[in-house]
Amino acid sequence: MDFEFTEEQLMIRQAARDYAERELIQDVLERDAKAEFPTRHIKNLADLGFMGMIVDPKYDGGGMDTISYVLAIEEISKIDSSVSVILSVNNSLVCYGIEKFGIEEQKEKYLKPLARGEKIGAFLLSEPEAGSDASKQRTIAEDKGDYYLINGTKNWISNANSASIYIVIAHTHPEKGHKGINAFIVEKNSPGISLGPHEDKMGMRSSDTHSVMFTDVKVPKENRIGEDGFGFKFAMKALEAGRIGIAAQAVGIASGALDRAIQYAKERKAFGTEIANHQAIAFKISDMAVKVENARNLCLKAAWLKDQGKPFATASSMAKQYAADIAMEVTTEAVQIHGGYGYVKEYHVERLMREAKLTQIYEGTSEIQKIVISRSLLSD
Amino acid sequence: MKVLICISNVPDTTTKIRFNADNTAFDTAGIQWIINPWDELALTRALELKETTGDTIEKITVVAVGLKDAEPTLRKALAIGADDAVRIDAEPKDAFFVAEQLAQVAKDYDIILCGIEASDYNGSAVGGMLSEFLNIPSVSSVSKLNIENGDVKVNREIDGGSETLSTEVPFVAIVQKGIALEPRIPSMRGIMMARKKPLNVLPAVETEALTEFVSYELPPAKSACKIVDTENVKELVDLLHNEAKVI
Amino acid sequence: MSVLVYTENWDGKFKKLNFEQVSYASEIAKNINTSVVVVSIGNVEETELKKLGDYGAEKVISINEIKLNKLDNQAYTKVISQVAEKEKTTILVFANNYTGKAVAPRVSVKLKAGLVSGVTALPSNYEPFTVRKKVFTGKAFADVVIKSPVKGLTLAQNSFGLIETENKAQIEKFVPELSDEDFRTNVEDVKKITGKVLLNDAEIVVSGGRGMKGPENWGPLEELADVLGAAIACSRPVADEEWRPHEEHVGQTGKIIAPNLYFALGISGAIQHLGGVSSSKYIVAINKDNDAPIFEAADYGIIGDVHKILPELISAVKEMKAAEN
Ligand SMILES: Cc1cc2nc3c(=O)[nH]c(=O)nc-3n(C[C@H](O)[C@H](O)[C@H](O)COP(=O)(O)OP(=O)(O)OC[C@H]3O[C@@H](n4cnc5c(N)ncnc54)[C@H](O)[C@@H]3O)c2cc1C
Ligand SMILES: Cc1cc2nc3c(=O)[nH]c(=O)nc-3n(C[C@H](O)[C@H](O)[C@H](O)COP(=O)(O)OP(=O)(O)OC[C@H]3O[C@@H](n4cnc5c(N)ncnc54)[C@H](O)[C@@H]3O)c2cc1C
Ligand SMILES: Cc1cc2nc3c(=O)[nH]c(=O)nc-3n(C[C@H](O)[C@H](O)[C@H](O)COP(=O)(O)OP(=O)(O)OC[C@H]3O[C@@H](n4cnc5c(N)ncnc54)[C@H](O)[C@@H]3O)c2cc1C
Repeated sequence: MDFEFTEEQLMIRQAARDYAERELIQDVLERDAKAEFPTRHIKNLADLGFMGMIVDPKYDGGGMDTISYVLAIEEISKIDSSVSVILSVNNSLVCYGIEKFGIEEQKEKYLKPLARGEKIGAFLLSEPEAGSDASKQRTIAEDKGDYYLINGTKNWISNANSASIYIVIAHTHPEKGHKGINAFIVEKNSPGISLGPHEDKMGMRSSDTHSVMFTDVKVPKENRIGEDGFGFKFAMKALEAGRIGIAAQAVGIASGALDRAIQYAKERKAFGTEIANHQAIAFKISDMAVKVENARNLCLKAAWLKDQGKPFATASSMAKQYAADIAMEVTTEAVQIHGGYGYVKEYHVERLMREAKLTQIYEGTSEIQKIVISRSLLSD
Repeated sequence: MKVLICISNVPDTTTKIRFNADNTAFDTAGIQWIINPWDELALTRALELKETTGDTIEKITVVAVGLKDAEPTLRKALAIGADDAVRIDAEPKDAFFVAEQLAQVAKDYDIILCGIEASDYNGSAVGGMLSEFLNIPSVSSVSKLNIENGDVKVNREIDGGSETLSTEVPFVAIVQKGIALEPRIPSMRGIMMARKKPLNVLPAVETEALTEFVSYELPPAKSACKIVDTENVKELVDLLHNEAKVI
Repeated sequence: MSVLVYTENWDGKFKKLNFEQVSYASEIAKNINTSVVVVSIGNVEETELKKLGDYGAEKVISINEIKLNKLDNQAYTKVISQVAEKEKTTILVFANNYTGKAVAPRVSVKLKAGLVSGVTALPSNYEPFTVRKKVFTGKAFADVVIKSPVKGLTLAQNSFGLIETENKAQIEKFVPELSDEDFRTNVEDVKKITGKVLLNDAEIVVSGGRGMKGPENWGPLEELADVLGAAIACSRPVADEEWRPHEEHVGQTGKIIAPNLYFALGISGAIQHLGGVSSSKYIVAINKDNDAPIFEAADYGIIGDVHKILPELISAVKEMKAAEN
């Protein structure tokens, strides 16, 4: 057992923290209010190598381990989860998926620009009627011999507009159930793709979420990932890894809220003393800190298992579910500790609370995580 | 030209300062060490110059006098972009001692950058001392450093303004605010490459320290607000001038 | 033996800090039974040089060479060292300013002198020679022993004060040995600072709140900032009511600043305001309400009408500045 981070991991955490504290904080409120995409920041973070930080250097990535990735996502999420979700989708869903399951030509053509951050990726699984139950795909990818023809609608797609490379999950053989599903790399500028309006969201407002419509979109055969029918398994595997990123995001949201609550409690006075001296507040801080620490440890454990090449699916679901749920609790308490000031935007905690909510929903709701976890425990 | 940046390994500037039980040494337990902020800006400026002046700068080296625990700080400098690093293996005993150690490395460089002061012992001494050991020019309070057609141009802060100077090389620039806007954040690529860059350890030369820190004291806790009488506004100015020494 | 002081001049004039250096050196000289010698480089009239005697300088060595009109660290080091050797100096006193920081370390190497910079008081002990300075950027004090026979100090400004004596200084001209080799830097251009001090860079900030009553009352506040070389700030409602631009708003939701000195004029000291200024080294509050929370955060305060106090404050600062030069 060793709870020490390596020198490199600490350096990466510091780099992410410096960027967040110097740059993201400057316009985070404005971007949230205007639901404006963080174009400048994504370019800078790409230059620093964060967009493909866990990809093998062979494919122009940063070659960093998952622990470093978790630390970076946490630091950025303390300040701005709209930015960390863009990073997370790109790194741990799209890049990870192509690197792990793609063929050499796909890596050369698509993974490299994604890892360099020159292009952004999106992951298109959810549909109007297929959310938690992702196997109910209605998007069809018809096998036309030397190409596929995709028709259907995807909902809630993060990075839909900013991305130029999509991974699309669609049914080729509906009769085979989830074994008939495929995953494809689709270039966004392919004819027949159109976007719905920018969703007007509660939180993470500066990430761009749209529905995406496919009308007779031709996709070359060589853009299918894996064997025919591998798509559902592919999506589940990518989500296993992606959940570590979302868990780290939730830890960051919670610990950012905790930091702000501690600082405020030491400054704000009521009844003749700093509110930190009222035990009801001090105990809240204590409860929040224990939750954050637990969530962080779960998250690091999942990352460590992944780095060791050990199975991490259950661990990543545990981390995601717990971190998301406590992020909601901790941010709610942080708002409470701030009193009225917590309810206005300038103090950031109300935004963190709005952001926390999403971590319980996407990449598998908390309920779905419990299904995953309990199944792994109860199955023979 | 070859550029050397002297790096002081200092406690993070947000550190709460504590001393040991008999107040004779700084308590380093749990301290996070960083590159002295001026030195980090000096490194940033050196990198900017390397990138913008063609082949003028062939190499950027960082050097620290310190024990093994100074190495993470040097590796951070490598990750930010220095080409190689040198650690002179000695506890930094005082500015004179440090400068004499640095001289053995600095003699092979054209532009040597030091910070105006280390944020721990606030000596404002090493850069000037080093230049005298090497018997080369120095410019202090440098707020800008440029290379124009191979010639070095610096700005030096003076009371109420600044001067532009040209200088022969080799020389020591002792840098302060203005030298670079913000320190660079190391990129993933930089962090990865730092693994492979050389960090050479040199033995210390035999030399004496001329000063010794014998004890420390924390300033008294903030006292209650001193109220000055409305009839005696002058006293406020007196207090600010002579007691607080801020105007 | 001697205590040697290097005094810089500004267009041929000395400032209070030079007299303070000499006063300080005289106290040391008294304690070790020796005398104070001052070295002045540049074109300074004899009447001005004589003033150094009023603070205890017995001899003033004046060096007036065209080549030394601009500071060249190496040449100055050579000159000061020559004087120190001639005068058998054991203690050197510099000012802890731009020039002192540039020259003292070089001189100390030339003379093998242990150097302590930013000294804040007389030596607490002469055997061993022990002086006090600030460390960790003002967060602590340290006592430092200088072990070498020759000792160098740079004196922090305003840490000692002035002590006048009956003494008369003897003026001596000196021509140092210098060659062209000693000048390897060249000043090509000089620029005076113009324009306003930026809020984030400022060491002193003068800030107004709703107690200023209206934008028409900012004149005196600007004047105070001007004489102090300070930047201007304000509380949020002042910016909200458009009395002042929003760039000046400090506080939790505005700029967060940490100057050496912060003047809160007609500011109540709400927690949101303090969140942006509480890292200031010193806070001065002027407020008519003695119960205003700003007084809990402040180091110095005046309870009264800011509109009456400001003009008095401005003239007191001007007076102090005049005495300084
Ligand atoms: C801002 C945002 C960004 C997103 N980004 C992406 C993206 O980039 N790519 C992508 O593919 N998707 C994305 N999603 C979609 C997201 O993953 C889905 O919203 C999520 O999986 C839930 O699906 P749903 O919304 O259809 O809810 P539903 O599946 O309809 O669930 C509704 C409720 O029922 C519960 N529930 C469902 N089944 C069960 C069960 N068996 N037992 C107990 N409870 C159950 C759920 O937990 C939930 O509380 C995003 C969503 C949002 C809001
Ligand atoms: C355990 C310990 C004990 C010490 N005891 C003493 C003591 O008794 N007396 C004493 O005077 N000091 C002591 N020091 C302080 C130490 O010697 C300082 O590093 C040295 O005095 C220089 O600090 P300064 O404040 O004078 O540096 P400054 O002159 O303020 O530094 C200016 C610049 O010089 C360069 N520089 C400074 N230090 C180094 C370095 N080590 N390596 C490379 N470049 C450097 C940097 O560019 C820096 O920006 C001790 C330090 C340690 C760790
Ligand atoms: C979400 C939120 C964020 C906020 N963020 C900030 C922020 O970043 N910065 C900020 O400053 N505020 C902020 N505020 C506002 C803050 O709560 C206070 O309302 C504000 O700081 C008060 O400004 P003031 O001191 O100028 O005015 P007041 O509180 O009205 O105080 C005026 C003071 O002037 C004194 N006075 C009146 N006349 C005179 C006189 N003739 N001579 C001397 N004294 C006189 C009065 O005694 C009083 O103390 C925020 C508020 C909220 C809700």
